[in-house]
Amino acid sequence: MDEAMRGPAFDSDEEIRQETMIINMGPQHPSTHGVLRLLLELDGETVLSCKPIIGYLHTGIEKNCESRTWMQSVAFVTRADYLSPFFNELAYCLAVERLLGIESPPRAQVLRVLFSELNRISSHFVWLATAGLELNAVSVMLYGFREREMILDVFEAATGLRMNHAYFRIGGVIMDLPPGGEDRIRELLRVLPGRIDDFDHLLSGNPIWIERNKGVGFLSAERCLAAGVTGPPLRSAGVARDVRRDEPYSGYETYEFDVIERSDADCYARFEIRLDEMRESLKIVEQCLDRLQPGPVMIEDPKVRWPAELEVGPDGIGNSPAYVKHIMEESMEALIHHFKMVTEGVAVPAGEVYQAVESPRGELGMYVVSNGEHRPYRVKIRDPSFVNLQAVPSMVEGGLIADVVACIASFDPVMGGVDR
Amino acid sequence: MRLQDIAERVRSRCPDVVVARGEATAIVDRGDLLEALAWLRREHDLALDFLSSVTATDWPGREPRFWVAYELYSLAHKHRLRVKVGLPEGDPHVPTVTGRFPTADWLERETFDLYGIVFDGHPDLRRILLPDDWEGHPLLKTEGLGGVNTRYKGAFIPPVDERTAH
Repeated sequence: MDEAMRGPAFDSDEEIRQETMIINMGPQHPSTHGVLRLLLELDGETVLSCKPIIGYLHTGIEKNCESRTWMQSVAFVTRADYLSPFFNELAYCLAVERLLGIESPPRAQVLRVLFSELNRISSHFVWLATAGLELNAVSVMLYGFREREMILDVFEAATGLRMNHAYFRIGGVIMDLPPGGEDRIRELLRVLPGRIDDFDHLLSGNPIWIERNKGVGFLSAERCLAAGVTGPPLRSAGVARDVRRDEPYSGYETYEFDVIERSDADCYARFEIRLDEMRESLKIVEQCLDRLQPGPVMIEDPKVRWPAELEVGPDGIGNSPAYVKHIMEESMEALIHHFKMVTEGVAVPAGEVYQAVESPRGELGMYVVSNGEHRPYRVKIRDPSFVNLQAVPSMVEGGLIADVVACIASFDPVMGGVDR
Repeated sequence: MRLQDIAERVRSRCPDVVVARGEATAIVDRGDLLEALAWLRREHDLALDFLSSVTATDWPGREPRFWVAYELYSLAHKHRLRVKVGLPEGDPHVPTVTGRFPTADWLERETFDLYGIVFDGHPDLRRILLPDDWEGHPLLKTEGLGGVNTRYKGAFIPPVDERTAH
């Protein structure tokens, strides 16, 4: 080879490694789950430092809630973490219910648990799909979204919407299951276990999947706890913390389920945990169906409850012709009441609460403050993705750039929740 | 420990503890914040070693105007305690707790971004959700919401808090 083609000569490896490269990964990088930007400093393929930069999806949900009524804010918070909307609604509604000193009726509580657990499965399916895609398992992506769509069909039948349902309302849920709803959920219970096993067979023994995930993205329990990491990443480090078990809400203490934990603290352990959590969620859904008794789905107190009885129409949540006839033609008092409840809503006694629920990504907390008026004074969403993302640098620094993708995927951040 | 016992236990160190709606809230002075958090973590029967959340509320016209709220959790005992610090309007400074709880890093940055509260000693106190050149702190109650300019005869749609009043 002639001298010119060989390039400059270096005396030692040290000399080669004098320059590092700064790379912007994102915000449009497909493997960052939305619009996350990582400022990476690289030495060859080794990551020297990593700075996550967020805020690209900030929509001011918390500020918006402050000028809406308590009931309207449900429709805002549900849009924060858009892959687990039921959990946002649940945490918010539970917090407001505690401020009001009320409790939703038993059937509503069971429905809330049922939909939350189905949502956990659908969220984990999206995680499987996107994480699989990022590590080049494209078939997993196709199957994951297919399976998730089955669950979203049930959501759509019950709430009128695939996502961002605003289905849980203060004092219960906005409407009961549609006719045949229970059968559709039972059908899911029949089909989904096999589908989850399919993922298990596709990935668990797959040498590429193991190579990309085993021993990658190690984050010890101490680091997790210091950084505030919760959810599957924390449980993969051997800490069996689950808000459903530790601080039960909505009657979770009466359901039988296992809190899945592993001790390897790597991406593969997080994959195993999510697979098993889906199976546990199916167990809970089954128990929900078994204990679903007829009854009201919203508290009776007319000063709190949403006045209209809604039902799902052909185009989503339709109004109820019988109810419209009642307020428009029969009762002036009912019309005035409807108007007051819809425009002004309920006044919540002054105070503050912090309500935590276990979302698919970890501890989702709502810190809700009221000054006694008809609008929230402050709604703070403690989103698990936001807090978990802080730990990404300590997980990827010193590793290879190709593993950055696997590491982020194993945390399953949803930028809608991170930026709110 | 029951909630009342926790409150009683905390009162031995921080006398101002409020119990309401199944939650205990300790109100501490900002000069005493770091010491108090260290104590709450050190005492074996409290062991409040996990920081869930840091945020603030803004009460214009009141003194103190700002309240910074820290949600603490004990992994061993599975109980919670909220610690609140009041900050005066002209001097919204509070020491950072990132030394003790690294998770406070982003949470404090967010609070700074949205409220303008300065966490003294924070290693990297920059805006986090809003662009670096943003002016103002949007979650302050004194910040307006904006509104929409339309192309129809120069009409302006007022922000939602000015549109409706009950």
